[in-house]
Amino acid sequence: MKLKRNTILSIAALSCLAIFLGFADLFLGRFAIRILNLSAIYIVLALSLNILNGFTGLFSLGHAGFMAVGAYVSALLTMSPSQKEMNFFLEPIVPFLQNIQLPFVLALIAAGLCAGIAAFIIGFPALRLKDDYLAIATLGFAEIIRVLLTNAQRLTNGAQGLKGITKHSTTPVVWSVAALSVLFTWALTRSSYGRTMKAVRDDEIAAEAMGVNITRVKSVSFVISSFMAGVGGALLGHMITTIDPKMFMLPLTFNILLIVVLGGNGSISGSVIGAIVVTVLMEALRFLDMPMNLLVIKTNGLPGLRMVMFSLLLMLVVLYRQRGLMGNREFSWDAIIGAGKRVFSAGNRAHKNSSKNGIKP
Amino acid sequence: MDLATFFQQLANAVSLGSLYALIAIGYTMVYGILRLINFAHGDVFMIGSYLAFYAISATAMPWWAAFPVALCLTAALGMGLERIAYRPLRDSPKISVMISAIGASFLLENVGIVVFGGRPKSFPSIALFDTVVKLGSVSVLSVSLFIPAITALSLLFLEYIVHNTKTGLAMRAVSTDLDAARLMAVDVNRVISFTFGLGSLLAGLGGIMWTMRYPQLNPLMGIMPGLKCFIAAVIGGIGNIQGAVLGGFLLGFLEIMIVALLPELTGYRDAFAFVLLILVLLVKPSGLLGKKQTVKV
Repeated sequence: MKLKRNTILSIAALSCLAIFLGFADLFLGRFAIRILNLSAIYIVLALSLNILNGFTGLFSLGHAGFMAVGAYVSALLTMSPSQKEMNFFLEPIVPFLQNIQLPFVLALIAAGLCAGIAAFIIGFPALRLKDDYLAIATLGFAEIIRVLLTNAQRLTNGAQGLKGITKHSTTPVVWSVAALSVLFTWALTRSSYGRTMKAVRDDEIAAEAMGVNITRVKSVSFVISSFMAGVGGALLGHMITTIDPKMFMLPLTFNILLIVVLGGNGSISGSVIGAIVVTVLMEALRFLDMPMNLLVIKTNGLPGLRMVMFSLLLMLVVLYRQRGLMGNREFSWDAIIGAGKRVFSAGNRAHKNSSKNGIKP
Repeated sequence: MDLATFFQQLANAVSLGSLYALIAIGYTMVYGILRLINFAHGDVFMIGSYLAFYAISATAMPWWAAFPVALCLTAALGMGLERIAYRPLRDSPKISVMISAIGASFLLENVGIVVFGGRPKSFPSIALFDTVVKLGSVSVLSVSLFIPAITALSLLFLEYIVHNTKTGLAMRAVSTDLDAARLMAVDVNRVISFTFGLGSLLAGLGGIMWTMRYPQLNPLMGIMPGLKCFIAAVIGGIGNIQGAVLGGFLLGFLEIMIVALLPELTGYRDAFAFVLLILVLLVKPSGLLGKKQTVKV
């Protein structure tokens, strides 16, 4: 009975969401669409970091590097030859990329694969390290990737970046990828493989003693996570339509980390909610950087104030609510209905009490 | 490369290496005691140089009065940072503390952007440090001569504190075993606070020297030196003060000399440190002078 109710609720909610997204292009403005799509991309990215950080317990700060790989691969593979010629005006592009133009889906997969291969190579040395060393080493690799992208003039157009990338990241595309990522992560964490990942997270030595091949689990998790990061980066590139190496630095990783921590380390629904909340807040708080006229204080625009708020938010969550919004639990109808019932009955009780005491409501 | 250029580059390398060493000491001290990368250390360095900048340009103080004031404020900032961002998490998982540190780092950077403005500022010139000195065929800024001397003095001072004072003994005790030290009636919080203060003081000193050597300030100037100095500390063996100095000099020499010998690699300069870090971590993860640590189950 309960199961049936939950299934019906889920199907209803998901179809509402699908209908909303299907028609979003018709009734939402361009700005709102952009936020909507950015949320979907951040869902993919947050899930990818969560697989690593929340489910395998590997703290990586190199996410922006893999996103950069994905973004560049997909951008170069989908761009038309004439567009490439316009971009590479300083030095011509390497010949084998000159005339290649793949359909978007293939380019997206290639982006993920290249990021995954990069992760496999990097993982060899990096994954032997733990905790803070791993964080710094992955950050280092991301930095090396960025420096390589900046200097490989004929491959990536260097510091000028790429302009005029085809705008493939439409609402149906990004939300389908987001939905696929959620499904995949859900299936992964419930599989026996996902359980070994959690075992490695909770106690590496105990997991090894139980016969888990730690190096392989870590490596696979790193590759999967980077694959998703590459896809997310590619989607981001196809949304903004301009990329350059400077985009993919630590602040980008910081945003994703904020989402994961805010949503709850190790919670899929947490990452989804966190991605939406953070993306909306990022835009909603943009006014902080603009000139303000508060009753007493007048400011003429304080760029950076918005990021101050986000840094504070991250610190407050870590200091006072380490579990984030969801902890490591998942969204469930039972919890919501239970909470609703509690609120409702508490309201009733308060009402009864107040009438008993003779206080008129 | 002729001999004159070589000596010129050598002088550059010594002053850059000394700066790296000075900042790396702060990382290594904090890591030695708390096993924590103080991600915000580079930003403390940035704030330190801004404080010196404002102490000179906004007040009428001469530099020899302004610098100590700036240094004291920087040390206070470091202690406050520890109190707010790290102390409440001392018993939390390592990942949480690291996230808090990253948050603190971003907070300082963005507060820097809001308060100091994003536009770069140039540090006022001080005659004593800003004259060109000729040593044979090599001409250097006088500050480049002061930097190694100040680093050496700081190192001596630090060695004295760590090995000859009661606080230093307490620091070593806390670093070996925090809980045991507490049982031996060491005031752990005070010692950690002191360590942060000392480390931040050195970062502030490094910041002032840095801005006199490369006289431009911007709120993000701490990121790269911060990362590189952490790498220097790891290369030398984190937790070891001589190691940090060794790593700082090694990194400084490598960066200057590779670019001097192979100018076509100039664009890759920022990647050297990271490549070196990865090589060291692969070959000798405990660093050049570090002790190997074993994990007990």
